[in-house]
Amino acid sequence: MLKILKYSTYDLLRSRWAYLYLAFFLLFSGGLLYLSGDVSKVVISLMNVILILCPLIATMFGVMYYYNSREFTELLLAQPIRRRTIFWGQYLGLAISLSVSLVIGIGIPFVAYGILHGPEIWNFFTLISNGVLLTFIFSGLAFLIGLKNENKIRGFGLAIVLWLFFAVVYDGLFLLSLILFKEYPLEGFSLAATVLNPIDLSRIMILLKLDISALMGYTGAVFQKFLGTALGMGLSLLTLALWAWLPVWGIQRIAQQKDF
Amino acid sequence: MQAILQYFSLLVTTLLLAAAAAAQPQTLHVGPEEDYPSIEAALSAADSGDVVEIHTGTYHEHGLVVDKPLHIRGIGYPVLDAQEQGEILTIIAHDVTVEGLQLQNVGVSYLKDHAGIRVRQRSRAVIRNNRLVNTFFGIYLERVHDAVIEDNELSGVLRDEASSGNGIHAWHCENLDIRNNWVTGHRDGIYFEFVDSSQIVGNESVGNQRYGLHFMFSNHDEYHHNRFADNGAGVAVMFSKFINMWENTFEHNWGRAAYGLLLKEIYDARIEDNHFIQNTIGINIEGSTRIVYQRNAFRRNGWAIKMAGGCLDNDITENNFRSNTLDLVVSSNVNNNTFDGNFWSEYNGYDLDRDGIGDVPYRPVKLFSYILDQTPEAIVLLRSFFVSLMNFSEKVSPVFTPANVLDHQPSMQPLSL
Repeated sequence: MLKILKYSTYDLLRSRWAYLYLAFFLLFSGGLLYLSGDVSKVVISLMNVILILCPLIATMFGVMYYYNSREFTELLLAQPIRRRTIFWGQYLGLAISLSVSLVIGIGIPFVAYGILHGPEIWNFFTLISNGVLLTFIFSGLAFLIGLKNENKIRGFGLAIVLWLFFAVVYDGLFLLSLILFKEYPLEGFSLAATVLNPIDLSRIMILLKLDISALMGYTGAVFQKFLGTALGMGLSLLTLALWAWLPVWGIQRIAQQKDF
Repeated sequence: MQAILQYFSLLVTTLLLAAAAAAQPQTLHVGPEEDYPSIEAALSAADSGDVVEIHTGTYHEHGLVVDKPLHIRGIGYPVLDAQEQGEILTIIAHDVTVEGLQLQNVGVSYLKDHAGIRVRQRSRAVIRNNRLVNTFFGIYLERVHDAVIEDNELSGVLRDEASSGNGIHAWHCENLDIRNNWVTGHRDGIYFEFVDSSQIVGNESVGNQRYGLHFMFSNHDEYHHNRFADNGAGVAVMFSKFINMWENTFEHNWGRAAYGLLLKEIYDARIEDNHFIQNTIGINIEGSTRIVYQRNAFRRNGWAIKMAGGCLDNDITENNFRSNTLDLVVSSNVNNNTFDGNFWSEYNGYDLDRDGIGDVPYRPVKLFSYILDQTPEAIVLLRSFFVSLMNFSEKVSPVFTPANVLDHQPSMQPLSL
C-alpha cells in the first residue's frame, strides 16, 4: 500500500494542477497578508476561500484523477495485490497531495509573516486543520462517486451536485427552514443542522475561535456552550471523523465486491 | 483730648485685629499625632471657612457629616475606611471642597444607597483628586448645583448588577462639571438622572458592568473627549433631549449584548467626531428623532449602526464605515433618514467624473442583515457562501431591502477624520 501511496502522491505532486493549486494559495494568502496585515481578518477571508475551494477542488480533482488513472488501476488489479490496498493507496495519495499543497501554500506566507510567535497561532491551526479535514472528506466522497459510476459524465455531474449541495444548497434550505419556523425555538435544530454538514461545522468552529463570535448573540452562545464542552467538541470532531470515514468505508465495501 | 483720641484709635485697632483674627480661616490638623485624633472631632470643632487637613493614616470612621463650608484636604492620601458599615462623608453645606482622600469599603446595602461621598441639596461642592475604592456608590449628588467633580479615581468591586452601585451618581442636578475622572468596576460608571446643563469631559470609564455613562431624563448636557471601553455597553442615552456628544471614543464594548452607544427615545442630539472601534453594535438606535451623526469613524464593529423602528429625521452624513461586519440595519420600511456622503469600505461603484463622489448610489443594508433582523438564529450562517451569493443577487436587483435607504453620494475615498 505504501508503494502505491508513494507512486500516486508523487504522480499527483508532479502534476501541473498541484502546482497551480499551491501557487494560488501562496499568492492569495501572501497577498492578503501583505495588503491587510491583520491576521484575524486574513484568517476570515481565507476561511471563506478554504471552505469553498477545498471541497470543490477535492471533489472535482478526485473524480478527474480517478477516471484518469483508471487504466493504471486496472493494470494494478491484474497484479497479486489486494484491492483494498490499491484504493486506499490511491485515495490517500490524492488527499495527501492536495493537503500538502494547501498546507504549504498557506503555511509559507503565514510563517514568513511570523505567525509562529503570535497569539493567532491557534486560529491559524484551526483553519489549516479544517481545510485538511475537508480535503480528506471530499476526496473520499469523490472516489466513492468514481467507483460507483463507470460513466464519466454521470460521475462528474454527481460530483458537482455533491459540492453544490454541501456548499450552497444546504445553507439555502437551512436558512429557509429557519425563516419558516422562526416562531419555534431553533437553537437545537440549527446546532444539529450545522453539525451534519462538514462545511458548516468547519465554518462555525473557525468563527467561534475568532472574536467575531460575539456577533452571534444567543445562538452563538448556545454553540459556544456546546462546542466549549468536551462532549460538544468531541461530538463535532467525531462527526467530522465520521464524514471522513464514511466514504472510505464505502470504498472498501465496493472494492470487496466490485467486478472490473 | 489727645489722650482720648489715642485711646480711641487703640480701641479701634484692637477691635479690627480681633475681627480679623476671627475671620481668618484656621487650619485644623487631624492625625494620630496632631491636635485632633479623629476627623469627627475636627469637623465639629471647625468653623465655617476653615481648612481641615487630614494627615496620612487610616481612620476607621463613617457617617461623617459636613454641615458648614469647609475645605477638607488630605495630605498623602489618608485612608478613611468605613469597614462596610455605611456612608463615609455626607455634605450638607454650600461651598465644601474635598480633596486628596482615599475612601474605602462602604459596604453594600440593599435598603440605602450608601456612597463614599454624598452631597445633598447644596451648591458649589468641589470634589477633587480623591481615590474611592470599593465604595458601593462612589460620589452621590442629589439636588446639587454647580458642583465640580474632577481627577478622581473610582474603582469598585465587580459584583452582580443588583449589588453594585454607580461610580458618579447624579440625581436632579444642574450645572455639574465632571472632568478627568477614572471610573471602573461599578454598575454604571457615570449616571445622570434629571441632570440638566452639565458637562462630562475627559473621563475614562472602563470595565463597568452595565454602562460607561448613562443618561436618563437629562437635557441640554454635553460630553466630549471621554473614553468608554470594555463596558457592558459604552454609553446609554435614554429619554433625553439636546445632548451633544463629540470626540469620544467608544472602544471594545464587545460581548453578546454590548453596544458602543445606545440611544432610546432621545431628541435633537448631535453626535460628531466620535470613534467607534470594535463594538458588537456601534450605535443602537430606538425611537430617536432629529439626530445628527457627522464625521464619526466606525471601524471593525459587528454592526456599525442598528436602527430599530420609530427613528425619524436622522441625518447620517460624512461618516467613515470601515471593515464592519454589517454597516447598517434599518428595521422599518418607512424612513426619512438621510445617509448621504459617507464613506463605505464595501462600496464598489465608480466615479467617472472624478469628483470624489461615486456615481452609483450605495445600499448599505444587505439582505442578510434584513433577514437577521427577522430571524436572529440565521446568524449561524454568517459568512457562508450562500449568504454572500444572496447578498450579491439582492444588491444587483433589490427586492427585500428597504428601497429608500440609500447613500446618493457615497465618497470614494475615506474621509479624513
